[in-house]
Amino acid sequence: MTRVLADERITLKYGAGGRAMRALIKDVFLRGFGEAPVDGIGLAAMDDGAAFRIDNRWLVLTTDSHVIKPLFFPGGDIGRLAVAGTVNDLAMMGATEVLGLTCAVVIEEGFPRAELERIQASMQEACREAGTSVVTGDTKVMGKGELDGLILNTAGVALTDRVVTDAGLRPGDRILVTGTVGDHGMAVMSARHHFDLEGDLRSDVAPLNGLVRTALAAGGEAVVALKDPTRGGVASALHEMAEKSGVGIVIEEPSVPVTEVVRAAAEILGIDPLHVANEGKALIGVRPQAAERVLDAVKAHPLGRAAAVVGTVIADRPGFVILDTGFGRRLLAELEGEPLPRIC
Amino acid sequence: MPPPPSGTSQLKFREPAKARELASALATLTAAIGRRVSVMHVCGSHEQAIARFGLRSAFPRDLDVIMGPGCPVCITDVPEVDEGVALARQGVAIATYGDMLKVPGTAKSLADAQAEGATVHVVYSVAQAVELAREMSGELVFFATGFETTAVATAAAVLAGVPKNFSVLSAHKYIPPVMEIVAEMPETKVEGFLAAGHAATITGWGIFEPFVERHRIPVVVAGFEPLDILAGLVSLLELIRDRTPKVLNAYPRCVTREGNLKAQEQLFRVFRPLGGRWRGIAHVPNGNLRLTDEWAHLDARQRFRIDVASLWDYAPASLSQSCICGDIMAGIASPGDCTLFGKECLPETPVGACMVSSEGTCKIWHLYGGHPDLGEARL
Repeated sequence: MTRVLADERITLKYGAGGRAMRALIKDVFLRGFGEAPVDGIGLAAMDDGAAFRIDNRWLVLTTDSHVIKPLFFPGGDIGRLAVAGTVNDLAMMGATEVLGLTCAVVIEEGFPRAELERIQASMQEACREAGTSVVTGDTKVMGKGELDGLILNTAGVALTDRVVTDAGLRPGDRILVTGTVGDHGMAVMSARHHFDLEGDLRSDVAPLNGLVRTALAAGGEAVVALKDPTRGGVASALHEMAEKSGVGIVIEEPSVPVTEVVRAAAEILGIDPLHVANEGKALIGVRPQAAERVLDAVKAHPLGRAAAVVGTVIADRPGFVILDTGFGRRLLAELEGEPLPRIC
Repeated sequence: MPPPPSGTSQLKFREPAKARELASALATLTAAIGRRVSVMHVCGSHEQAIARFGLRSAFPRDLDVIMGPGCPVCITDVPEVDEGVALARQGVAIATYGDMLKVPGTAKSLADAQAEGATVHVVYSVAQAVELAREMSGELVFFATGFETTAVATAAAVLAGVPKNFSVLSAHKYIPPVMEIVAEMPETKVEGFLAAGHAATITGWGIFEPFVERHRIPVVVAGFEPLDILAGLVSLLELIRDRTPKVLNAYPRCVTREGNLKAQEQLFRVFRPLGGRWRGIAHVPNGNLRLTDEWAHLDARQRFRIDVASLWDYAPASLSQSCICGDIMAGIASPGDCTLFGKECLPETPVGACMVSSEGTCKIWHLYGGHPDLGEARL
């Protein structure tokens, strides 16, 4: 039985941040672009950004395009998301001092000017929180129906003395999550599908460079891996970390912080919060002796109050993530495609 | 048998400490029995809880907990799917549950028919289908699937009155008879059954007594929280160890001996049990629920000439030849035995019905990591 495994057409699952997307990038873009810069980290590392060594420091560069429905959601909007997304990609390389951001905007004909101004104000506020600004940009308008509302692309550059990859884990290391998981995806899903769920579902979208700076100050070299669990949620991020580091990860499910309202919504919709996107959380890999110290520092930061140590790195089962539910253990699956509410 | 949860402890069905006690009781019991023991549950919700909470890793090595034909969508037979697809292609609007859409018939699914222009509405309940019929002028056929739990809802809707353009294509199934089939399968190793608590709220646990009498196999009715399942298994192993075939109710907070008499009365006023094939299993005497003569005027099979033969021109998909859904539903194979599982057969490109439905064994295993047994992993 033969079957062509590579699809002829790009379907939505290739954009969902999971295995399919990583395979697509490898098959299409790594070809020819895969060579690393002379001294640094390039596309082949498939990390959150690239890094160039300049004298004894590193210049980190990243870019991110943002589309989201709806453009405005509880807890944020596409503008805040665009700034936080890029600042966080830099921060996840250890680069917390952001030199500046670019902003390219593609607007659909007929888009309300007032909404654009609202989005700009929200970008400005997020930049203020991150201690940076938009320093150059580009504007295009396309015909009605040629895109859906608005696409925002931001790129960012930052300097750092030490690059933290998402491949630095070794057995014995602990995994921290900086707060409750599933808030962003659940809030957006609820707004998109008009679920009338009681309680306050709010996106956690926020720039994390300040929080990461705090963690790095407390842990220093003992902070060995950073990853923001965006699309695909904590499950995808952990798989990527496990795969790249060649280790297994055990997660203690009862210690993963989840708000009551997200937990309830997840039960009703049949969705695992570990598969749901976050935009204001980081997974931090720490050497065991520094775990408590880094946890305390993170918890003292306003964005890290609910932080917890949730897992341990093991040598066994490299590339896999094991979930200890408190009742037993199973493998944590990566989700292909967006999580969808259960039908019946 | 451990005392059933009572009082305030009823709120603590997810207490890991209690789970560890029950798991160690399972180990002691399995050791006392002194050989490999297989028990079967017949419910997708039981499998979901077992997989979701990783319970299999806490079961003793010599205990096999197998999922039997407990997914109503999966056991809907090919000719029944064909009837729905044929009606849809004949231009009749169909309303059905979302899980049915991708279930393959001989050559096509309802989703295929929909892609070709047929009208297929996804509904969450029979009530929604009735409402839909009221709002439209043409005929609407409710393609009704599910076990007695769902059939009761269909019956209640029929009894409450439906518009003239509404009819029912019943593929409802009745669980108790299929347990007889599994118990009689020559290759079966099943020594006890964990019965589904929600179905028993309707039928009552007494319904299993004649079965136990005939086959000398114990049955324990269990709920769906992790502790419900573990406690149910402990009771079941005790009965196996003591060679005491009888029915025990480990879900007394919901299930009584008689069950819901009003619901039973409604169910059997509208439906009568009739023999028929279950996909992958066999002919199950009294396993199908069909409309009684009193309601023949609402039976889509009476109202329409369903041209199923028109579908047979299409060749079946070649991959389906390797699908072992039938063996998986009969409990004689597990998804890990299938060469397609997790490779060609995925939730987005399902080959067999077990990967389509959220209650299918393969879909559940895939969602929760694809492999139930992590006993070997060194932590």
